[in-house]
Amino acid sequence: MRAERRAGWLLSAPYAAFLLAFSAYPIVFALALVMMHWDLVTRPSFAGADNLTLLAQDARFWQAVGNTFVFLAIHVPLQIVTALVLALALNRPMWLRAFWRAAFFLPVVISGAVVAILWNALYATDVGLINAVLARVGVGPVPWLTDPLIAMPAIAIMVTWKNVGFYVIIYLAGLQYVPKSCQEAIELEGASAWQRFRHLTLPLLLPQTVLVVTLSTINGFQLFIEPYVMTGGGPLRRTFSVVLYMYTNAFSYQKMGYAATIGVALAVIIGAVVAIQRRLIGQAEAM
Amino acid sequence: MRRAGRVALYLALALAALTFIYPFLWMASSTLKPPGEVGTLALIPDHATFQNYRIMWGRAPFGRALLNSVFVATSVTVAVLILGSITAYAMARLTFPGRHALNLATTAVLLVPGQLTLIPLYTLVVQLGWIDSYSALIIPYLFNATAILMLRQFFLQIPQSLVDSARMDGMSELRILFSIFWPLARPPLAIVAIFTFMGSWNEVLWPLLVVRDQRIMTLPQLLTVFALGGGAGTLGVSLAAAMVLVVPVVIAYMFLQRFFIESMAGAGVKG
Repeated sequence: MRAERRAGWLLSAPYAAFLLAFSAYPIVFALALVMMHWDLVTRPSFAGADNLTLLAQDARFWQAVGNTFVFLAIHVPLQIVTALVLALALNRPMWLRAFWRAAFFLPVVISGAVVAILWNALYATDVGLINAVLARVGVGPVPWLTDPLIAMPAIAIMVTWKNVGFYVIIYLAGLQYVPKSCQEAIELEGASAWQRFRHLTLPLLLPQTVLVVTLSTINGFQLFIEPYVMTGGGPLRRTFSVVLYMYTNAFSYQKMGYAATIGVALAVIIGAVVAIQRRLIGQAEAM
Repeated sequence: MRRAGRVALYLALALAALTFIYPFLWMASSTLKPPGEVGTLALIPDHATFQNYRIMWGRAPFGRALLNSVFVATSVTVAVLILGSITAYAMARLTFPGRHALNLATTAVLLVPGQLTLIPLYTLVVQLGWIDSYSALIIPYLFNATAILMLRQFFLQIPQSLVDSARMDGMSELRILFSIFWPLARPPLAIVAIFTFMGSWNEVLWPLLVVRDQRIMTLPQLLTVFALGGGAGTLGVSLAAAMVLVVPVVIAYMFLQRFFIESMAGAGVKG
């Protein structure tokens, strides 16, 4: 089929060209940039291992990595629990089901920039909505974004709130495959609701949990707009994320080689963390 | 379930729903409050005023940013639908050497974290002279791997007999795609359209890198710059600017929420 072959090439050529220019080239060039000093104005110069040694010794970079792990340690478990609880609550025929689902999903469709600006207002120490509510029950005022120990957890809670609707949908899809007959059988055996959940529902939802862990981890490593808008990375750089640090190096310091090195390192860290998580979950399942 | 249990469940759900909806309602009402009132919990302002909107509109080119956002998101969405369908059609229905490689490359692209390519893409755009231009905001988004894989999956299921008889009638491949495949592919096309438009509409990191000229800024970028640079002055003004970005989305979401949920959840899982 000569004609078909020609049509195939013709129709896929624009995409092939696009892939080369905007995917393949940047991937290769990222690795090249690791060995360059380049401020975008003067000619790039060969840097050898400079960027890598700098990265290894750069306390700010490692602090940003550490901050991200603090974020993940709070965000990922919280995301699993909240998504699972809401999905289990919705997993039955009920009044206004579509409305509840739509309400939980609402923040997912809103721009991260808006959510950050909105939560900046909600978290404000003196005039914020959250402290106003807490004051009613005699708590506070909590310095949400200005206390070095509270700021990152506060951002993690906010991101969990923004994304939970997305993960509720994943769990709801998984819950459709928990067979009713199993539920009833185990109930007849006299299992309590908690035992049913612990020994039937939770193991059957493992694929969804793996997905939630993976996606929320990858998403967590992309943390940028929230600290950029809400804290500028502070207080005491405790909310400085890796992407924010990369952005700062590229945009404010014009250090393309070093910024690209941070990007490559981040990609490696993401790959390693996701691989380790999958192994751990696999082992937990085998037990 | 027991009656008390049901009541408790609905109460808990209502409370949960309130934590997702109330902040947005509070945001909307705060934009109508004078500065002294913003910190209050009440939804109905004591002295409603459009002052915040007037200040916001006067201080930064929000009308222009709104048009930029509409233009960029629409261009990207139309391109992803048309170019993505053409590519997906070739990958699904035409046999040619290189097809398999293209398929593999598309899957591989989805596995590469965006942070890896962000800086090299930025330097590429600088070298192409696209800084402060719509090209920088549109061209790197012309094709979308998730969209191509989704459409390809759908196109694979369309019976070959339809294609054969159309070819017999002398239809070109592009006509087969747009007059036979497209009408059948409305649901996946709608899904692709929603997640592409929303992705472009909400994107902020990339514009922050490649655009510095206020006249080219999209709405989320101008909003961020405005809120950060202290241009807003008061909270009410910042929130008023945020409303411009949110209101069109929320209105579309109210009417099409089922499609939004399916589209954005599906794209996230596949992407």
